[in-house]
Amino acid sequence: MADNIEIKQMKLTAKDFATDQDVRWCPGCGDYSILAQVQRSFPDLVDVKKEDIVWVSGIGCSSRFPYYMDTYGFHGIHGRAPAIATGVKIANPELSVWVATGDGDLLSIGGNHFIHACRKNIDLKVLLFNNRIYGLTKGQYSPTSEKGKKTKTSPFGSVDFPFNPVSLALGAEATFVARCTDRDSKHMQQMIKRAAEHKGIAFIEIYQNCVIFNDGTFDAMTDKAVKDDMLLYMEQGKPLLFGKNKEKGIKIDGAVPSVININENGNSVNDVLIHDEFDLSPVRSTILAHLADSPNFPTPMGVFRQIFRPTVDGEIHRQVKEVKALKGEGDLEKMLFSGNTWEVN
Amino acid sequence: MKKKPYVSKMIKEKEFQNLSEVTVRFAGDSGDGMQLTGSQFSDTTAVWGNDLSTLPDYPAEIRAPSGTVYGVSGFQLHFGSMDVHTPGDRPDILVAMNPAAIKKNLPELKAGGMIIANTDAFDAKNLKLAKYETNPLEDNSLEGFEIYPVPITTLTFKALENSELSQKDISRCKNFFALGLMYWLYNRPLDQTIEWIKNKFKNKPEYIEANKSALEAGYNFGENTELFTIRYQVEPAQLPKGVYRSISGNEATALGCLAASVKSGLPLFLGSYPITPATEILQYLSNYKNFGVKTFQAEDEIAGITSAIGASFAGNLALTTTSGPGLALKSEALGLAIMTELPLVVVNVQRGGPSTGLPTKTEQSDLLQAMYGRNGDSPLAVIAASTPSDCFYMAIEAFRLAIKYMCPVILLTDGYLANGSEPWKIPHVSELADIPVKFWSDKETYQTYLRDEFLSRPWAKPGTPGLEHRIGGLEKANITGAVSYDHDNHDLMVKLREQKIQNMVCDIPDLEVTGDEQGELLVLGWGGTFGAITEAVLRCRKAGYNVSQAHLKYLNPMPANTGKVLKSFKKVLIPEINLGQLAMLIKSKFVIPVEQFNLVRGLPFKSSDIEERIIDLLGGKI
Repeated sequence: MADNIEIKQMKLTAKDFATDQDVRWCPGCGDYSILAQVQRSFPDLVDVKKEDIVWVSGIGCSSRFPYYMDTYGFHGIHGRAPAIATGVKIANPELSVWVATGDGDLLSIGGNHFIHACRKNIDLKVLLFNNRIYGLTKGQYSPTSEKGKKTKTSPFGSVDFPFNPVSLALGAEATFVARCTDRDSKHMQQMIKRAAEHKGIAFIEIYQNCVIFNDGTFDAMTDKAVKDDMLLYMEQGKPLLFGKNKEKGIKIDGAVPSVININENGNSVNDVLIHDEFDLSPVRSTILAHLADSPNFPTPMGVFRQIFRPTVDGEIHRQVKEVKALKGEGDLEKMLFSGNTWEVN
Repeated sequence: MKKKPYVSKMIKEKEFQNLSEVTVRFAGDSGDGMQLTGSQFSDTTAVWGNDLSTLPDYPAEIRAPSGTVYGVSGFQLHFGSMDVHTPGDRPDILVAMNPAAIKKNLPELKAGGMIIANTDAFDAKNLKLAKYETNPLEDNSLEGFEIYPVPITTLTFKALENSELSQKDISRCKNFFALGLMYWLYNRPLDQTIEWIKNKFKNKPEYIEANKSALEAGYNFGENTELFTIRYQVEPAQLPKGVYRSISGNEATALGCLAASVKSGLPLFLGSYPITPATEILQYLSNYKNFGVKTFQAEDEIAGITSAIGASFAGNLALTTTSGPGLALKSEALGLAIMTELPLVVVNVQRGGPSTGLPTKTEQSDLLQAMYGRNGDSPLAVIAASTPSDCFYMAIEAFRLAIKYMCPVILLTDGYLANGSEPWKIPHVSELADIPVKFWSDKETYQTYLRDEFLSRPWAKPGTPGLEHRIGGLEKANITGAVSYDHDNHDLMVKLREQKIQNMVCDIPDLEVTGDEQGELLVLGWGGTFGAITEAVLRCRKAGYNVSQAHLKYLNPMPANTGKVLKSFKKVLIPEINLGQLAMLIKSKFVIPVEQFNLVRGLPFKSSDIEERIIDLLGGKI
């Protein structure tokens, strides 16, 4: 009787991804922004059904994330989220598998799983909530804390040299590497959608403020007053310009970057490096990853690199298919009785 | 089907002596191909119809410096015309490819045993490497043994004088010469091995020719030499009717996991990291891709198990395989599988510990690790295989329990079972029970920690609309599955997890007693010591001793009648290749005194050791 009714797939909203659990991060935590941007972006992921989304996490403040997403979720153990997620993805390649993790979880205890997930190009979306501190254990230095930082376990200043997560991901051969901050919601949403579209490992480092133990750690670049001069938004095919009036740009001589004013000393926009995310050579993305190592350079935001390489999860399924085609569907009876057998009468 | 003995056309018959059983040991350098020689002899012997059991014994180093005692690789094989339960306590015959092989194996050799020695390898350099001051073949130090000096290398070169192979490659054929000679001595056919050679070197005809010629030269040497006057005949055993194959514990484990996949209809996922002596299971399963098996060689042991947990969450049949140190690394993740109540099988092929220990040697010392090696009260099921072929059935059983009770199950095997082999009467797939699997689909009634009659929670896999849920290592409220810090809920969940495992008692077979149901002494074993205990108990019973045997295949929970069985005997003896781990469990669970026999040498028990202990306990004379 109802065949004249047009069945229309209702578009989901951000609310459809919220659970009934009270969110228990500290008021003002950057994690709220990440949760909000994820919930706002997900309805736009047209090819992904809600029931096909799985969030996997490890341990730490960030790793409570799956409890707040009304998708399938797995709150794992410290550092192991990429490995758990790898198992989920290989078991069922139809699923869209996301990892929520922190700087301690991913880069310290879970460092091994992270680099191998990158190398193997497992089709996972990894969101690193980098607040440069151990929050859930109440304020110890992390593998991304700056050298000299005073924390509860480094009262005289940390003696550790920190990881640069973007450089690490690039070095581990990740096929999609991006960065954003918890303060720029639109840009973060763009990055989340870009990651979702990428086939292969997609890594996003998110600068995330910890209001309790490391408040203001990114202010020197993300504060309204300075961000135009301290952040460089990279866009595909466009010159790397920044500054209030986009008057500054990044120039490269050989492998050495410099900041130029395009309106001075006979410079023009033509002297500025054009951003190419798809460059097969890792050189320029690596230079950009290290751009802010020098104090007067801005910190790049956006996609550093996107390349395309078969995923291990896909390759495993391809082999299964190929071997099935070659040998025929497995027949256990036949296999048990094959080879060197003999009969006792 | 009895095979006709191989008859060389040209030669006179030598005298045959009938034997009911023989233990053979092949020994030589790690690079001499002794494992291959031994396994070829085993396969041929199995097809010939003998019952048999094997014990490969090799060093952890891949190619230890040649000629040294620690570089000696050995392969022992016990075969007979009756039931064979062990690889044999002491070899009757040693094939020694160099002096070090004699140095290492002589203490094990039976008094009066035979030694076939490759005299070409007994040069000054090798004697020195084996720390012999004079040649043992010539200085009467081997008095009491029958020495058969054979220049195996020279004879191999002679047989292959027209071969185009390099000197090095020709020298490598000498193990086939030795094998051919042994085939002659024990009247075994060559065709099985020739087939193997043809298959192995199918793209290298020159290797086929060379190895086949060496094999035949060895056989013909036996026929023509004056050295041997007697050949031995070991008639086929009376085995139950059926089709047989030779199987090792690791292959049986792999096939059992595959069978569980077929019988459950679930695709098998293996997350694993190579570790001796468990690696072969990963290797075997990597081959079964046409069964839909997905093998993930992980970056480490932890990723091996956590990827398997992820796969289980996603609805695959999840497996991880390892050995002792790897199980230690998996401890935390096992807790996660217990907490999330997901089906997972962990195969632990035990080896000598602690730490790196003795990687290539066997031991039973991970029982307590399997039982308790985790933080918190973290019960899981522990079962153990008793023979190489039993690994097949216990692997299936592990998956059955894991799925039905939604929990991890540890299957314990050991280095001896893993590498040892025996004839196996192949079951038909139709004889294996199906493993029922029920994925939840109804979104109206779904709750993450809802309980069924076994206290198991529903398995709801991602991709199912309306069942979106979150699980994890944090304590959850029973039924709803919401994160819960409630004190009483935690108490309930701790007890539920334990109860769920204990509920399996109603689902597992009783402990069987071989021999009288009650009496003076029960020998209680578990795992890979089954053969040695069986042999010892049989011999003692034959000699009139009042002794029975029971073997635990289910360690947690133990069968319902275990206490009753134990209390039907005046004494209980527990032989273990550890310091008394089962003894500790039995003592604490049943509060009874037990006698222990513990020998932790990295080797399986000799049945004679257990026999002596039984006789000693029963006041008899040894």
